[in-house]
Amino acid sequence: MSNAINESIIKVRNVKTIFDDRIVHNGLNLDVKKGEIYGLLGPSGCGKTTLLKEMVMLQNYHGGNIDILGYNLSSVDENDAQALRRQWGVLFQAGALFSSLSLADNIALGLIEYSDLSQKMIDEIVAFKINLVGLKQEDKRLFPSQISGGMKKKAALARALSLDPKLLFLDEPTSGLDPISAREFDTLILKLRELLGLSIVMVSHDLRSIYDTLDRIAVIDNKKIIYEGNLKDIKNDKSEFIQTFFRANV
Amino acid sequence: MNSTSLEITKNATTLSLNFFGEFNLYVVSSYEQKIKASNYEKYQHIDINLDKLYYLDTAAAIFLNNFLKKLKKNNINYSINCEKTELLDTLKLVQKYHVNLDNIEKPQHNFLYKIGNEFHKRFVDFMIFIAFLGKLFSTKLFVIKNIKNIRIKEIFFEVNENAIKAIGIIALTSFLIGLVVAYQSAYQLKLYGANIFIVDMIGISMLRELAPILTAIIIAGRSGSAFTAQIGAMKITEELDAMRTMGFDPYLFLVIPKILALMITMPVLIFIADIMGVLAGMIVANIELGITPEMFLSRFSEVVDIKHFYIGIFKGPFFAFLIATIGIYRGLVVKNDTQSIGFNTTRSVVESIFAVIICDALFSIAFTNLGI
Repeated sequence: MSNAINESIIKVRNVKTIFDDRIVHNGLNLDVKKGEIYGLLGPSGCGKTTLLKEMVMLQNYHGGNIDILGYNLSSVDENDAQALRRQWGVLFQAGALFSSLSLADNIALGLIEYSDLSQKMIDEIVAFKINLVGLKQEDKRLFPSQISGGMKKKAALARALSLDPKLLFLDEPTSGLDPISAREFDTLILKLRELLGLSIVMVSHDLRSIYDTLDRIAVIDNKKIIYEGNLKDIKNDKSEFIQTFFRANV
Repeated sequence: MNSTSLEITKNATTLSLNFFGEFNLYVVSSYEQKIKASNYEKYQHIDINLDKLYYLDTAAAIFLNNFLKKLKKNNINYSINCEKTELLDTLKLVQKYHVNLDNIEKPQHNFLYKIGNEFHKRFVDFMIFIAFLGKLFSTKLFVIKNIKNIRIKEIFFEVNENAIKAIGIIALTSFLIGLVVAYQSAYQLKLYGANIFIVDMIGISMLRELAPILTAIIIAGRSGSAFTAQIGAMKITEELDAMRTMGFDPYLFLVIPKILALMITMPVLIFIADIMGVLAGMIVANIELGITPEMFLSRFSEVVDIKHFYIGIFKGPFFAFLIATIGIYRGLVVKNDTQSIGFNTTRSVVESIFAVIICDALFSIAFTNLGI
């Protein structure tokens, strides 16, 4: 849709998160625009993954508001939540493929549950998605315990894409991959964004991946967003984490 | 936004398919039926109008692509009206990554292959079990030789987990079983005026058979399943591998302490079950048959031979060994997926209860033939 290039599809407003007696987030604000690849960065334990989990309704937050694709997560009812869940795909850090199902069945699951497509059509969609993420057709009958970490990530990505989501959440997509696979994965993500017009939110620590794929970035440190914007200006930021992270890694 | 629909208009030679709104995987099936119902094969030309469409997802694009191919095969002309490049891009993407499924044949196996395969799997499973027993035996020898290396702390941890914490449930179950058996037989014995024989009945059945079996079944359900789940989960999270690389032999650190702990404590648990079962019998005898505890106890020491008690206790370590080894073995053969834990836990409990009953039957035959 051409009219909405600057439309925010995720709005995080003043979000607070408290675990027991520890404050994790104290008033986070960020905006993810349509069609961009948006990164979340920060030191270990700063709550990047927690924020991602809050966005996909796996975790409650304790103040503020998150708005995704026009749904307000604080007041969304179960029907809307279910509709929303079909519009996004989530890629977990270790893939989280269902270990009792083959790769093809993992990818087909959403299609079988939510659509009335014929088996032939589903097979065809699965074959296409497998091809799209760069897996081989003969791999699809394998089970998750039989494949490598890189293949697991690709298969999990194919599963996340099975219902043609408009929005994709990636939790450390390149962690645990060798550098070559990691770069391949970056290329794949860029390619998918271009081909399918996805908006992508990802948590990443991989500097190469950050520079190669991200359009904009938010850095969380000390319970707040300390930087939000593009990568060009980030080195001018004076905060300690950004200085160490970007200087040490350039 | 215009609503999602498909309108089909016909004239003499041309069929027009007009798509509106969003063409996605949720509507593909209904559109497919609609198009099929239109008898499109009879027309010479088909107009596909995507102008009013604002979104085409890949599933719908795959469908459209297949449809176009079908038209080509049937020599039907078609034209696509579309000004939005995004939609055409999606169509092109689908064409680019299209996979011809007809070329990928599914592996077909004949009957002989399946039998052979199944047999081979069983055989390998059996060999793994033999290897496990061998490893267990050699570790035991090692422990006996190097008695200093025995993990006292781990053993007592397991004793606490698997025996001391189980005392309550074993005592309660045994008490209730004693109550039920005594109550049922009291009614029958009363009919014959053979009230006092309840002592023989409860004494021998409890000490010799019921208490050991009951304890074994509870321990199998409680500890056997826990062993399988714990070791299985450790295998999946690679904790076992981590232990091996750090030089901690899992057999020495995990397996032997569990087996020894159960073997040591099982007789004690059976003893507790004995006490509770007989106590329940005594209470029922007093209430239902008017046999005072003094009478009960004097008759008990008269008719119930000490050998019945020893036999019951003697079975304990054997049952404990079976339960612990099966539970641990099942844990060690867990494969790298979560379903395997559930599967093996079930097998562990079923197999260990079965093994205990088989073992009990063998003891029963052996002791009878030996005249004990």
